[in-house]
Amino acid sequence: MKADRIADPWGARAPYRRHDAWPSRVDAYLAEGVEPGAVQKWVGAASLLHSGGDAMDIAVVDGRMAGVRGRAVDRVSRGRLGPKDLFGWQANASPDRLTRPLVRRDGHLVETDWDTAMELVAARTRELLDERGPGSIGFYTSGQLFLEEYYTLAVLARAGIGTNHLDGNTRLCTATAAEALKASFGCDGQPGSFDDLDHADVIALFGHNMAETQTVQWTRVLDRLAGGDPPRLLCVDPRPTQVARHATLHLAPRVGTNMALLNALLHETIRHDRVDHDFVEAHTVGFEELAERVASCTPEWAADICDVPAARITEAAELVGTTDALLSTVLQGVYQAHQATAAAVQVNNLHLIRGMLGRPGAGVLQMNGQPSAQNTRECGADGDLPGFRNWQNDSHVADLAKVWNVEPSTIPHFAPPTHAMQMFRYAEQGSIAMLWISGTNPAVSLPELARVRALLAQERLFTVVQDLFLTETARLADVVLPAATWGEKTGTITNADRTVHLCEKAVEPPGEARADLDIFLDFARRMDFRDKDGGPLIGWQEPEEAFEAWKRCSAGRPCDYTGLSYDRLRDAGGIQWPCTEANPRGTERLYTDGITWAHPDHCESYGKDLETGAAVDPVEYRSLNPDGKAVLRAAAYVEPHEMPDDRHPFQLSTGRTLYHFHTRTKTGRVAQLDEAAPEVWVEACAADAMRLGLGEGDLVRVATPRGALEARLRVTDIRPGLLFVPFHYGYWDTKEGDGPDGGGPGRAANETTITDWDPASKQPLFKTAAAALTLVARADGRYAPAPTTTASAPSDPDSVPATAGGQQAYATQNSEPGGTP
Amino acid sequence: MKDGIAHTLRALHHGERQLARDLLAVAERHAEEHEVHHVATDLADWSREHADRLAEHAAGEGLRLDDDTPEPRSGEGPEGLLLLHDLRALHLAATENSLHWEMLAQAAQATRDARLLELASACHPQTLRQTRWTDTLIKQVSPQVLTSL
Ligand code: SF4
Repeated sequence: MKADRIADPWGARAPYRRHDAWPSRVDAYLAEGVEPGAVQKWVGAASLLHSGGDAMDIAVVDGRMAGVRGRAVDRVSRGRLGPKDLFGWQANASPDRLTRPLVRRDGHLVETDWDTAMELVAARTRELLDERGPGSIGFYTSGQLFLEEYYTLAVLARAGIGTNHLDGNTRLCTATAAEALKASFGCDGQPGSFDDLDHADVIALFGHNMAETQTVQWTRVLDRLAGGDPPRLLCVDPRPTQVARHATLHLAPRVGTNMALLNALLHETIRHDRVDHDFVEAHTVGFEELAERVASCTPEWAADICDVPAARITEAAELVGTTDALLSTVLQGVYQAHQATAAAVQVNNLHLIRGMLGRPGAGVLQMNGQPSAQNTRECGADGDLPGFRNWQNDSHVADLAKVWNVEPSTIPHFAPPTHAMQMFRYAEQGSIAMLWISGTNPAVSLPELARVRALLAQERLFTVVQDLFLTETARLADVVLPAATWGEKTGTITNADRTVHLCEKAVEPPGEARADLDIFLDFARRMDFRDKDGGPLIGWQEPEEAFEAWKRCSAGRPCDYTGLSYDRLRDAGGIQWPCTEANPRGTERLYTDGITWAHPDHCESYGKDLETGAAVDPVEYRSLNPDGKAVLRAAAYVEPHEMPDDRHPFQLSTGRTLYHFHTRTKTGRVAQLDEAAPEVWVEACAADAMRLGLGEGDLVRVATPRGALEARLRVTDIRPGLLFVPFHYGYWDTKEGDGPDGGGPGRAANETTITDWDPASKQPLFKTAAAALTLVARADGRYAPAPTTTASAPSDPDSVPATAGGQQAYATQNSEPGGTP
Repeated sequence: MKDGIAHTLRALHHGERQLARDLLAVAERHAEEHEVHHVATDLADWSREHADRLAEHAAGEGLRLDDDTPEPRSGEGPEGLLLLHDLRALHLAATENSLHWEMLAQAAQATRDARLLELASACHPQTLRQTRWTDTLIKQVSPQVLTSL
């Protein structure tokens, strides 16, 4: 059976009953003219363009990628693929891939050979180490490389260079997930499993547009909704997402008020004594303080703040408070706001006081956005030490030093690893003089782009950019290194429910492009990093050797990989960590039998003050939580820093669309995906549009105190008073290439966003700015270039032609087990 | 030696000497308060010793610190130093407030003034969180600032 998977991103239904296994359905797409029989080999991989971790095989014909096919046996997706999985691979073969290193000479980037480029990088590194020390060098990486690459980068940055400045763009994305898990459970690590979707009675999605972020898991929800004993959904989202349309109850609070809503849900839960007192007694500390803090947070109180009727809040509290199996998921609607960690922690609290943890259908998923965000975190390529070790605990640092055979003092741990936003500040102020950016595009993805561009363009800052394309960021670099990508190199990625997949090399990278791992290893060789006995600090060459090295680093830690190997992953498909020899099938759920990693001697973090970010010290933590239980951390609602006023009467939120990923460097180069959402747009509700005399397709200007952009207006059922702009659109496919055309209107959402972040997770606020909306030009019969299949659907369905992909978007869906396309 | 570190050594050397003098002055002024008098005198020794050890350390690095070293003007110098100066000032101000809260709370207990005690108990924890915040920031920022100048 074939279907247009642009018009129908989720594909055909396979209804199933609660507690049954999700039926498989194998999705496949082969390039035009390629018959299944012509495929010479299928090479195992998993999704790169989201955090779902859908397993797939890459079709190879004559040394080139020719398509993809889902893998029916895999635990995560049972054969399904989303539109970005089906079509995204085609970007690898774009004619404008970088194929040779570039260096800046007389202001221009010119081609050179690898030796020249790498020697330049190494020479500058040595010079800075001599003159200014390790603190002058920073690394900003991605959530899209492989585990082996992050781990290698973490060793070379933390023990080789000895710098504290290493973070990932996961800071923009899952920093709050990690921080909230650390705050509640003492340690990172996803408590729940995607399989909980099969068993849940109520699924509460907090700021999580699952239909667009994890399309395949949303397919699973749709299949359950179509089957017996379907789940009830609670959706908290200011936009009319597909999740909202399928929800039993949809709350659309004012942005920036999640904390008030959650405190009211906790208030109701406690007031009605829907509390599992045995669980609270056995596994938590802090209940009294939490109860006291939410005592005054009635639904009526929250109703005013959130602009949601109190009766709906009461209903929501009943939904989550009376079910026997609650699964909550949390994403950017919570994470990219000013009280990100505090609010995410209240979701954990709800589960802890209700005892909804560690059994089928009862769990929390603090979600990720990127395919390997989890690896960035566990390998220590973001603001943590590898293996979830605690930088404030000397014995953890000593243990890591032993793994690396270096002195503990080699590993900077005098202060928390520097978070990305602070790194960019140091670069702006000059104390970081070299920034190595791998696999990410901050010149489009960071807030307040005018500032970011100026900062990256500074003469005194030496910038190395490692990427597939000449991105907006690469254009500002001093050295550009052409990287290989998924399908052209081998490594592992771990999805949002701890499932590890092996992605194997299917074809050669274009030109001289190299795997990120090889680039880091080349640098390490040139720098001649040594351990304390004079041996090489990094003793591996191949991905599999790097994986084995990581296994040693993970041994005995919460993210234990010692039971995994490339061979096992090849045979078994995805396996969830921790996975040890004693437990070779991996671990479906954490905390099935109490809280395991919160003990003062074992915890990854002693926690932070959720409102100030001040570190809790070890002594304080020990007295608060001597037995290592979950910590119920309470917080008060605080108003967002920037609220609408006369000049900026709207709230502005940014976010994604289903068809694109990040700054469109890949998805914008794929016809099916690009045509589904070719240009930036802005969403406003019908009442606001009418009041301002605006209509569908009008060209409008969205301005904040930082900057402005122009886009066509899509009139939707979004919450009144709120504007939404997708953040994918930058400048690589415009005339200027790296920024708005000389003083002209911007296109990137981040022209308008503010440099401000959650105090605990340091995740920037992309969802709460005050903005003005004005007309630039009439539509004249044009529409906003926004998909109609998703949250950007027009409020009047007849006003805009439906999004469809046509012939080129037909993919097969085969429900026969083991079927091939 | 990094400029930032030299600057901080000078400031601390000056501060230790000043604290030693202040402790002695307090000890003299309150000679009748025996505990204060004796302990303050002992503590003055610590600070004097700190100043000596700082001077010795600095000399080893080629930096002269003696009684004539002028106190570096606080708030002077590059941006980063100004930030540290301001954070330090905030920390001290919050600490002072914290001590005042503590004094009020003690007095309230003594006079059984429940309202005042309640006020102090409600506010004092937040003052302490203010000090923890400044302390956390100083810990984070100072390695970068002091080693980059
Ligand atoms: S776009 Fe999504 S996946 Fe990417 S960093 Fe942001 S939140 Fe994460």
